[in-house]
Amino acid sequence: MSEPVTVRLTVNGVAHEGRCEPRKLLVDFIREDLGLTGTHVGCEHGICGACTVLINGEAARSCLMLAVQANGAEIATVEGLATGGTLHPLQEAFREHHGLQCGFCTPGMLMTALDLLRVNPQPTEAEIREGISAVLCRCTGYHGIVKAVEAAAKVLVPAKRV
Amino acid sequence: MTSEGWIGKPVTRVEDARLLTGRGTYIDDLPMPHAHHAAIVRSPYAHARILGYDVRAALAMPGVVGVVTGADVAAKTKPFAVGVTSPVHYYCTATDKARFVGEPVAVVVARDRYTAEDAAELVQVDYEPLPAVVDPERALDADAPVLHEKVGTNLANHRRLVYGDPDRAFAEAEVVIRERFRFPKIGSTPIETYGIVARWDPIDEVLTIWANFMGPFIMHPLTARVLGLPENRMRLIVPQDIGGSFGIKTSMFPYIALIGLTAMTTGVTVKWIEDRREHLLASSSGTDRVAYRELAAKKDGTILGMRFRWYDNVGGYIRSPEPGCSYRPLGNYVGPYRFQHLEVEASTVMTNKSLTGPNRGYACGHLYFESERMVDLLAEKLGMDPVAVRKKNLIATDAFPYRTPTGGLYDSGDYAGAFDRALEMARYDELRREQAKARAAGRYVGIGIALAVDPSVSNMGYVATALDPQFRAKPEYLAKSGAMEAATVKVDPLGRVTAILGTTPQGQGHQTIVSQIVAHELGLTPRDVTVVDEMDTFTRIWSISSGTYSSRFGSVGTSATALAARKLRTKLVEYGAHLMSLPVDEVEWREGAVRAKSGKGASYTIKDLAGRGHWNTESLPEGIEAGLQATAVFHFDVAKAVDEHDRVNSSNTYGFIAEVMAVEVDPRTGAVKILRYVTVHDAGTIINPLIVEGQIYGGALHGLGGALYEDMQYDADGQCLTATFMDYLVPTACEAPTIDIAHVSSPSPLTTLGSKGLGESGTMTVPAVVANAVSDALAPIGVRINELPINPSALWARIHQAGGPDMAPRTPHSLGASRETRDAPRSAG
Ligand code: FES
Ligand code: FES
Repeated sequence: MSEPVTVRLTVNGVAHEGRCEPRKLLVDFIREDLGLTGTHVGCEHGICGACTVLINGEAARSCLMLAVQANGAEIATVEGLATGGTLHPLQEAFREHHGLQCGFCTPGMLMTALDLLRVNPQPTEAEIREGISAVLCRCTGYHGIVKAVEAAAKVLVPAKRV
Repeated sequence: MTSEGWIGKPVTRVEDARLLTGRGTYIDDLPMPHAHHAAIVRSPYAHARILGYDVRAALAMPGVVGVVTGADVAAKTKPFAVGVTSPVHYYCTATDKARFVGEPVAVVVARDRYTAEDAAELVQVDYEPLPAVVDPERALDADAPVLHEKVGTNLANHRRLVYGDPDRAFAEAEVVIRERFRFPKIGSTPIETYGIVARWDPIDEVLTIWANFMGPFIMHPLTARVLGLPENRMRLIVPQDIGGSFGIKTSMFPYIALIGLTAMTTGVTVKWIEDRREHLLASSSGTDRVAYRELAAKKDGTILGMRFRWYDNVGGYIRSPEPGCSYRPLGNYVGPYRFQHLEVEASTVMTNKSLTGPNRGYACGHLYFESERMVDLLAEKLGMDPVAVRKKNLIATDAFPYRTPTGGLYDSGDYAGAFDRALEMARYDELRREQAKARAAGRYVGIGIALAVDPSVSNMGYVATALDPQFRAKPEYLAKSGAMEAATVKVDPLGRVTAILGTTPQGQGHQTIVSQIVAHELGLTPRDVTVVDEMDTFTRIWSISSGTYSSRFGSVGTSATALAARKLRTKLVEYGAHLMSLPVDEVEWREGAVRAKSGKGASYTIKDLAGRGHWNTESLPEGIEAGLQATAVFHFDVAKAVDEHDRVNSSNTYGFIAEVMAVEVDPRTGAVKILRYVTVHDAGTIINPLIVEGQIYGGALHGLGGALYEDMQYDADGQCLTATFMDYLVPTACEAPTIDIAHVSSPSPLTTLGSKGLGESGTMTVPAVVANAVSDALAPIGVRINELPINPSALWARIHQAGGPDMAPRTPHSLGASRETRDAPRSAG
């Protein structure tokens, strides 16, 4: 076991500092050390996508990264999406279109969809499916999720133009 | 909104706000100060004798507080009761031998998970490897390695069930069809794995367990017995949110015993969160099955009888509720058809694979895959349209309630109506014309049909079919039956309504549904109702059948809720009448208040009544129980024990599914493309169509996974080849079809609101409909599907063997929205 190291990073705009073993996974650091349990672990081997967060604006699997590797990074997790009591339009669309059942894949799905809409603000249905295929959902059959992302794209695009 | 307002409305879910903002409470999120962590040492061998353990190095590691081995388990716990009479000793870890790869052999507890995992690697287990067997038919050969010496054979259970006179049916048959089928070992793999926290209080001698366990709670007394605890000293609490389950989290009870024992032994709070590899190696799946089927019919297509011969592979030990793999669908063995003569020979076989248990659609995906293929083979043999053969044999709409020859009581239905609806939606005749054109152009387009009776709310009594009638006739044998659920609805002192249940939702939106029902019955809006739906065996009303499995909530949970709300309403009406000094029959509950039928005088809302009833009990009428609450326990009286002729109503409500699917097979790659997929469901009264649609989509994709991709594979030595999501292929959004959904409604006469369960839905039909569609597509070259999954390489090989049609490249066509199936494992990116 090696000596603990200091990790400094920003999560949802808040600066954090913690000490952990160099081998600690970023997802464990987020969940255990920072107490942000919205980010989930579904496989710990980089396939299910439940642990997806945004690192410096881009979707990444926090189970495939060490906390030390994220030193100095800006991280966004599901907890940062809503402002006050108001859901983000993407979250609102997931609710409206029944884009979640158990909710376990949902944080990773939301962060992945957010990244997709940033890169491709008006995706076709096929592009949405391709984009979210990075996250596995066992409950929904993906139908509600695809509908939700389509609907969110419609709301988010005009909002950006303003 | 009036009290007529909330049943059938697509109300958005109350659960969603917390789940969308990362504020869910799943097992791994519970704050557990000072919890230590467990890491499980697992057998690398499929079959090996355990000669000894050396735990010194693990114990010497800083941060390690204890190690529990199979030797401790053998000394301190009892084996679990199994559902058969063979002497199978199933403990929560391996004791004498390991019988599958991944079987727990020891547990290490340390201050954190990283340390526990390091220490687990230092545990030395001395194994003597033994030959393994993984195929259920091979396992019954005289020279096959025997897993359990005390049993002396790998056959855990065997029953021959006879209904009517199948021998005569086959003797009189004008046509007999025979076929062999294989169904794969599949697991619904919820994205959240198993998780358990255990705390032992040595003073009060109470073991508190938190677990994402879905029930049935029959496993609670069984587990308490294993640990030598009185039931009321083992508190089992299920967190509010479970990250999916699909039957799989039924089978975590051995880990509840193991982690419980570990907490009792080490004296610390122990937490264990399974990882994905552990889940794929050693949690649970459905059985892989070899089936031999025979069908007897007349030339006009009338089915006279069937014979089923099953070899269900339950892995290293038969674990409860197995052999439900053979008997869960007993009452609906005949599906939607009228035939009266049936013989079932069910062999439950133990091999060196991981253990099995309920998996969404429990045993019905297997059943209908075989039966619906057989019906298509009959149609093919007779040169009839598969629609016509089915129509010839359907149970008539005026025959309900219908008693099946195996004892099932189909409560309601209109099978012909639902089937017609599906054919209309698919434009079946037109589809056949398009198919003819496509065939003429050298394309492999096929149309499949599948019908299924969709059983919900299992009657616990079916499990006893595994025992023979002589055994069940013994005076000391205790019969089993039942399916019940409880709900409480209460009004707080300022008039707010709370409903309390002990079900274990895993994404089905129980809070939303309960709030709709209570609002509906009491003239409120769903937002007015707070729903607490968390299981705690110390505080909830429960029984052995409690839990959320077997699509039960839609029938039994909803009924208990409606009954409790009505009971409360009756009480409020009596109280209101008393305050108004009117006889009860001169007042009524209207628009959320007690009002005189005459329309004159005062009215009393819930708030008014709460303000008086709680604060001034003197105002209550004489003889009424104080407090504004009501509890109802709903149970089905059609749930009876299995009779001496092996007949049992194995479920309590029975819905119906009719599906039509069109596919195109690419003969060059073996890929299957879904061109059209129609599903029509009859689940009686629908309470929330949004949630129902979600269940249908989810069930269909689980079914499609089993039909086209998923397969827990083992090599001949019993090594699992699919222990990661790289190898065990779960469909992504790119493989998910778009579905045309419709409903017909035959309300159940047995449930309070007329609803039936439908949570398992497409898992029962999709394997059948895909197999029929692909067989139809490849009929010109004589390839018939009798094995799943139909993955591209297997299908390509079959097409090739059949002489392979024209292998020249061609441009794919499309009849509608479609998607290619995936051929390769996805990348990790
Ligand atoms: S937990 Fe990170 S991809 Fe599955
Ligand atoms: S909502 Fe349950 S896994 Fe996606």
